[in-house]
Amino acid sequence: MNTLPLLLVLLVLALFSFFLGRKRSLAVSKGNRGNYRAPNKLHSLPSYYGYSAMIYAVLPALIVLLLWSAISPVLIAKNVAASLPAEIHNAGATQVELTMNRVESMAHAGKIDPTADPIQQAAAQHYLSLAKNSQNIKTALVLLIALGGLYLGWKMISPQFRARNQVENVVKGLMILAASVAIVTTLGIILSVLFESIRFFQVVPVSEFLFGTHWSPQTAIRADQTGGSGSFGAVPLFAGTLLISVIALAIAVPLGLMAAIYLSEYAQPKVRAIAKPTLEILAGIPTVVYGFFAALTVAPFIRQLGEAIGLSVASESALAAGLVMGIMLIPFMSSLSDDVINAVPQSLRDGSYGMGATRSETIKQVIIPAALPGIVGAFLLAASRAIGETMVVVMAAGLSANLTANPLEAVTTVTVQIVTLLTGDQEFDSPKTLAAFALGLTLFVLTLILNIIALRIVRKYREQYD
Amino acid sequence: MSNATAIVKAGLTKRYARERRFRLFGLVSIVISLSFLAALLITIFAQGLPALRQTYIQLPVNLDPALLAVNASDSPELLQKAKYAKAIEAALIERFPGVTDRKQKMALIRGLLSKSADNELKSQVLANPKLIGSQQNFWFLANDDIDTYIKGNIDRSLPEADRRIKDFQLAWLDDLEAKGQIEKRFNTVFFTSGDSREPEQAGVLGALMGSFYTMFVTLALSFPLAVAAAIYLEEFAPKNNPLVDFIEVNINNLAAVPSIVFGLLGLAVFIQFFGVPRSTPLVGGLVLSLQTLPIIIIAARAALKAVPPSIRQAAYGMGASRMQTVFHHTLPLAMPGILTGTILGMAHALGETAPLLMVGMVAFIMSVPEGITDPATILPVQIYLWSDSPERAFVEKTSAAIIVLLFFLILMNLLAVLLRKKFERRW
Repeated sequence: MNTLPLLLVLLVLALFSFFLGRKRSLAVSKGNRGNYRAPNKLHSLPSYYGYSAMIYAVLPALIVLLLWSAISPVLIAKNVAASLPAEIHNAGATQVELTMNRVESMAHAGKIDPTADPIQQAAAQHYLSLAKNSQNIKTALVLLIALGGLYLGWKMISPQFRARNQVENVVKGLMILAASVAIVTTLGIILSVLFESIRFFQVVPVSEFLFGTHWSPQTAIRADQTGGSGSFGAVPLFAGTLLISVIALAIAVPLGLMAAIYLSEYAQPKVRAIAKPTLEILAGIPTVVYGFFAALTVAPFIRQLGEAIGLSVASESALAAGLVMGIMLIPFMSSLSDDVINAVPQSLRDGSYGMGATRSETIKQVIIPAALPGIVGAFLLAASRAIGETMVVVMAAGLSANLTANPLEAVTTVTVQIVTLLTGDQEFDSPKTLAAFALGLTLFVLTLILNIIALRIVRKYREQYD
Repeated sequence: MSNATAIVKAGLTKRYARERRFRLFGLVSIVISLSFLAALLITIFAQGLPALRQTYIQLPVNLDPALLAVNASDSPELLQKAKYAKAIEAALIERFPGVTDRKQKMALIRGLLSKSADNELKSQVLANPKLIGSQQNFWFLANDDIDTYIKGNIDRSLPEADRRIKDFQLAWLDDLEAKGQIEKRFNTVFFTSGDSREPEQAGVLGALMGSFYTMFVTLALSFPLAVAAAIYLEEFAPKNNPLVDFIEVNINNLAAVPSIVFGLLGLAVFIQFFGVPRSTPLVGGLVLSLQTLPIIIIAARAALKAVPPSIRQAAYGMGASRMQTVFHHTLPLAMPGILTGTILGMAHALGETAPLLMVGMVAFIMSVPEGITDPATILPVQIYLWSDSPERAFVEKTSAAIIVLLFFLILMNLLAVLLRKKFERRW
């Protein structure tokens, strides 16, 4: 049986065992469940016995099923690869890999291409027979374990059996597993980018990557090709990312901060009730829309504006991408600042007014200094957003790596390069694709540091006035 | 008047001026931010709304059996193979008999109607084979350049060399217009077909279904996991436990990790390691669910925290266990808040693009996906792909696709607001 029908069978079995367990509990208590003095009164409610039987029947079988489905393809592939004739093994690891790819694609399609290499045909045949065996064993094993579990669960049911505690412990265990997914995800991110990066740094030295000033990842695909040298100096990318982020923050921070101050300190409640959600619409617009806006409206506009005053502006200028990214970050900055400004206690304001200060003096000399750590935290979070933002720059910034500080020229960023290196089909092991993971690692580490500092500052600050 | 008051009075005008200036700065920054929003929305809608209508051209076609090489009595298989393109070609030449120049003839046959014209004719004839042998008027989808001109996006006053529509084509169009054989209709193609290289045939249905399946996978995975994790962290986790603290730090960090990094994770782990098929809603949903998980967890924890302790105390007092208290009382009361957070998280996921580029959802796919393992693209990626296309007509398609995306986002946000309004309780 395939995995899906097997899962359906388990589902039916689960329902069946629930009712079986429940019925059994009522039978062993001989209908005395309400009588607290009876010697055979049930420890838990009858449905808990049902759940308990269900857990015994399904949980171990499910675990075996998942493990088997995850592991068996790997083992089968190993076995088939080992059984390939010696001449392929002698031809090197790439030859084995190539053959296995063909064999696996034939086996997954379910039919063997009669025009293929006879060795590959035989291997695919072998693969299919192994897969079939594995499937049969899996079905038998899973059903056996499920039925055995059900029998065990059924036998366990007695008036003294603490079914509720057992069921609750299992549920709690599942919840802990769910909570640990966050750890597993972080671990997965770190491992996936780290491993590929390590392989990249075996080819390209770390110092060249971090301090080299020439980026042209186009390597020769075949050995006999000349052309792309493949140099991986990432400084132009870092500089481009920095340039665009600085432009974005130069727009988002003052506008966002002033908007937050006006909304929380000056605006009438009515104005605030309308302006604040309207401003937050900006945060809900997908980044791809901003990218489209930047590439099709803002960039040509800036270009024409530049030409009108006699400046030459690249059609994919850093200014256009940065400007639009800045707009995107305004609500992010303003809502975070709004939170921290509102957290400043009213007594500080009243004290300042009592000393005869005007509102703006109070804001500038009391509220902002008091809220400064939170504002800095908001700034760092916005910076981390700007560095990691992808779609706006992919659509509006350039592809060629320019080392320049002129916002009217085209620059490229770390995220743009990751996307260009990894979209489309290409060899997974070339330095070109691995470079994307090294860039990803840099991006992850950088944003992680910014986030940790920002979260720490914000949290520390919150405790101060609570 | 004492000395101090005099000093204060002297500086007062200046201080008030500074106060007014500061206040003005605040107002100006809000106005600027909102005008950016207005500019964005106005541009998109101005460009996208014309895409709701599409140009059609009426053409009398002589369904001559000799030309089609079939008879009305032939079997459907033979009718399938009839030479419809020939019939259209003949009809076009007949409609504009003056065209003799080779180049103009090519423009007439290739450039006036959409490339799908023969398919349209085929389906009409297959539906009613009796038409064969008669002269019929058919409305055909116009080519994208013609459509762009009819919508007024090509300036007639430009020199001919700079226009995509030449003078002789303008003459045809004027003639068609004078005879009422050209008109704009509601663009059903846009909502009922998948992607296409021809702008006039491209639609969003494929991308919409792709988004739907991706969102389905995302919701099915992230919602139960997030709710379970939130319940554990909020109701059961021991306080000051290093492991629990570590989980919390992780969740907060994951919520701020750049989305593209999740794409790298999906590529390296799901595709390379576990062998999940590329370009499918399954792998896209897996990546997005990891990304949405922290957002829903944070919202669900806030909702659980908002349930007052008295509810829990009352349940304990009645002899309920902790688990029973959570599942019978706390969770149902927190559910509206959790659902609101989930909808907002899903709205965020619906607009996400970058991580899906990494897992191969950028492929050009014409067919409408029918399941979570069919190759598919999603709406934001479709927008990205179209915005990259050189044809002028794709600009309005892109904007129209953005309008569709914004429509769904607004719908989800409205739903969240309504849910909050209806069930919000102040304890």
